[in-house]
Amino acid sequence: MFSLFRKGKKPAEPAQSAASVANTNATPTAAPARGTATLSPSGGRMVKVSMTVNGKAVAAEVDARTLLVQFLREELRLTGTHVGCDTSQCGACVVHLDGRAVKSCTTLAASCDGSKVVTIEGLAEGGKLHPMQEAFREHHGLQCGFCTPGMIMAAVDIVARRGSGVSEAVVRADLEGNICRCTGYHNIVAAVLSGAAGMAAAGTAKRHAAE
Amino acid sequence: MTATGIGAPVKRKEDQRFITGKGQYTDDINRPGQAYAVFVRSPHAHATITAIDASAARTSPGCLGVFTGADLAADKVGNLICGWMIHSKDGSPMKAGAHPALAQGKVRYVGDHVAVVIADTLAQAKDAAEKVTVEYAPLPAVTALSSAQNAGQPQIHAEAPNNTVYQWHLGDKAAVDAAFAGAKHVTKLDLVNNRLIPNAIEPRAAIGDWDAGNESLTLYTTSQNPHVTRLVLAAFIGLAPEHKLRVIAPDVGGGFGSKIFIYAEETVCLWAARKIGRPVKWTGERSEAFLADAHGRDHVTTAELAVDAGGKIIALRAKTKANLGGYLSTFASSVPTYLYAPLLSGQYDIPAIYCEVDGVYTNTAPVDAYRGAGRPEATFVVERLVEVAARQLGKDPAEFRRQNFIKSFPHQTPVIMTYDAGDYEACLNKALELADYKGLGARKAESASKGLKRGVGFSAYIEACGIAPSQAVGSLGAGVGLWESAEVRVNPTGSVEVLTGSHSHGQGHETTFAQLVSQRLGIPIEQITVVHGDTDKVQFGMGTYGSRSGAVGMSAIYRAIDKVIVKAKKVAGFVLEVPEDSIDFNDGIFSSKATNKTLTFPEVALQAYIAHKFTGAQLEPGLKEGAFFDPTNFTFPSGVHVCELEIDPATGATRIDRWTAVDDFGTLVNPMIVEGQVHGGIVQGVGQAMLEGAVYNQEGQLVTASFMDYTMPRAGDVPSFKVAMTNTPCPSNPLGVKGCGEAGAIAAPAAVINAITDALGHENVAMPATPQAVWRAANAAPQKLAAE
Repeated sequence: MFSLFRKGKKPAEPAQSAASVANTNATPTAAPARGTATLSPSGGRMVKVSMTVNGKAVAAEVDARTLLVQFLREELRLTGTHVGCDTSQCGACVVHLDGRAVKSCTTLAASCDGSKVVTIEGLAEGGKLHPMQEAFREHHGLQCGFCTPGMIMAAVDIVARRGSGVSEAVVRADLEGNICRCTGYHNIVAAVLSGAAGMAAAGTAKRHAAE
Repeated sequence: MTATGIGAPVKRKEDQRFITGKGQYTDDINRPGQAYAVFVRSPHAHATITAIDASAARTSPGCLGVFTGADLAADKVGNLICGWMIHSKDGSPMKAGAHPALAQGKVRYVGDHVAVVIADTLAQAKDAAEKVTVEYAPLPAVTALSSAQNAGQPQIHAEAPNNTVYQWHLGDKAAVDAAFAGAKHVTKLDLVNNRLIPNAIEPRAAIGDWDAGNESLTLYTTSQNPHVTRLVLAAFIGLAPEHKLRVIAPDVGGGFGSKIFIYAEETVCLWAARKIGRPVKWTGERSEAFLADAHGRDHVTTAELAVDAGGKIIALRAKTKANLGGYLSTFASSVPTYLYAPLLSGQYDIPAIYCEVDGVYTNTAPVDAYRGAGRPEATFVVERLVEVAARQLGKDPAEFRRQNFIKSFPHQTPVIMTYDAGDYEACLNKALELADYKGLGARKAESASKGLKRGVGFSAYIEACGIAPSQAVGSLGAGVGLWESAEVRVNPTGSVEVLTGSHSHGQGHETTFAQLVSQRLGIPIEQITVVHGDTDKVQFGMGTYGSRSGAVGMSAIYRAIDKVIVKAKKVAGFVLEVPEDSIDFNDGIFSSKATNKTLTFPEVALQAYIAHKFTGAQLEPGLKEGAFFDPTNFTFPSGVHVCELEIDPATGATRIDRWTAVDDFGTLVNPMIVEGQVHGGIVQGVGQAMLEGAVYNQEGQLVTASFMDYTMPRAGDVPSFKVAMTNTPCPSNPLGVKGCGEAGAIAAPAAVINAITDALGHENVAMPATPQAVWRAANAAPQKLAAE
């Protein structure tokens, strides 16, 4: 997730904010509303988490080691967010956490307590595709589709950080945290540039209402 | 051309679900009561298993079972197979050791499968797997391809002395030796085709599901060819009869060859589901993909080119050692033999060619087909030799190629293939123009003024796609026929389902196959659904690889449509009350000179089903037809790629400045998708040339086992590409298509290395030409470009 932010202007690393939330979770006195910690079937500590995902409030008790991507995929059945590697390199798992792109495969669900999460399923509004989604289809920016959700979420974040006039060189550099094995990036880059223009034309380069 | 017909850049029908997160990949599927499998893998490259103690694992919370090779043997589960028999030059069949799904007493590479642990949750399965104690007696490992056959090396399989699976050859050795003896000039190169790890971004996954009521099994899996998977699991591994086994390959996140093969994991999940009476799911982690997905390439070759006094190439010979890994994967034996040497004529009229290939076991992951499969290796040999020969002879590399191009078709090469159509000069001319080859000198000078070295590299590749004529591949050792099947089901309302044995995992078949139907039946593309990837829906098929889905899969659809039209004309004849042979069918309208009435396609479809206008004695009701298409030849896509790059000799940093690709794929079904395939292929080839390389250390540990150690091409590593086409239709299929899936990956490595060596004035630079390797080369003395 760090590469996404290396050139960004936001001061806070996502891992730092994640850590502070995780600490809050780990201290029962700081979260008095939560129930007694229990043990998972395999002996792991259970924690309650609540967050807003794609505009809906969700709450669940999960094994403390549950990753955000597991929470999204297994608990909420939002399977658009994918896992392509174990080392936060490939970016298939990128979602937006409190308005910033993070790799959900290396984010603990418990650390997202109280946060707003947007996944690929939450990007379209009222049945209307986000301009970046439209741009990926229009420019054939996907083939097998597996990296695509993370690619689109990262692309929206790039435009939000860099502005709609972002250059091809910056798009290529900022996509460093997302690997595609199919497209050779040519059409992805074209899609991101077109999506940036689309986001500007739509009135904002902001992400979407859910954030 | 209609707006949605053949040749139109139709936006993909499948994209809606992928861009909204609604794709359905194997890991997105969960079955009720599902348990989870975790594999215990060998940490040793070569070892004897002396004991396995699973008692602590079995009592671990949630554990449902721990199984080893002994359990599979007790249930008489068959071994994994290699489906292509290769005979050595002495006539003996290849020497293959057994390939059990779970190790039987010995492990042969790091990541080899020792046991499977199944538990209620994934976390519990992982915890229990930690408690399986395996005692190994480590053996010396064979990891170096070049010395694996030497006397005194450890023996990996008792069946294969000197770790040699076969010593195969192709071509006329005597004719080649005679040509070399009389040659004016000989160019000789030692080439390494580096080992690659496919790394489709979706890791492999499998769910085995046992239906006790019907005594049937279902396998959900990441497969490029579900019917072949079913055939092998039923007929060879013996898990269930074919009619009691359903294989579903849903959305698949890229394959590149690595998902053709029938692996241990899906075999074990399917067997274990029946064993424990619950669905069993396994989802590979990326590290498992690195260790145990079949790798690609890995050749060591000495190659020579003979040229006469007039600059005409008169012979080529190559001796190759091909690493096959610790076991023979499903099609491993064919890749460095019949998918390699028959392409060594390239685009050139070479009268004599001889190639020897040793297939070699090592204590590494199995090696099998990866994007291009043998053909990139062949093109690398030919295009490096031709480039270096031109430079040694002081000839322009483009003009030396032109002089030696095959110029008339059909052309019989000395290595099996009959090239049916092509126009190699047309591609070259267009590429030279688009690449502004004339301006190269000025650009080189400009780079030099900045202290940079600019180089240009050509790659004029040939490929054999449309795999393949069944009788021909059968005579070469293939265990299956390589036709394709299709069924076109017309519904009473005139909408159409196309069932195909091809499988789409990024290629866009749901769009391109629908374009064919839309054009031929004159119905909107929205009225067409393409069904694939489920053995219960599609009768049979050979799957998708080797750019066969257009040339073979679509041809089967084409033939099925022919039959639909014949039947529909009969129906229309009864309805219009005119002879069926007077009926024309164009743009979705049935008409006849004998009447001024017409019928639309949906009207005829309805009449076929209500059957009010004809009796059962006159015509069968319904409108559904199938076809099997067996091609009469391979197809031969070709093209010229030109890579121009700039090297900073101070750092070795190499920047691709421009890339021009001119390809001849015959008829284009959807140019947008074709260009996308070219882009992706180029970057996989650039990855091989500049970034990627699997490295095992002496002990057989895979050093490059994660995305942090194995360099995948990223967006910042490559430029945008200039892609153009020429078009000589393929005569051996009804659409004239050739195939485009591998082209970029075949062309790119030689183009890059030719450009780097041009920039540096070197004869050879090994792949991957990383910045460090380029820096070392740039700062070494220039290599002589003298003849032998």
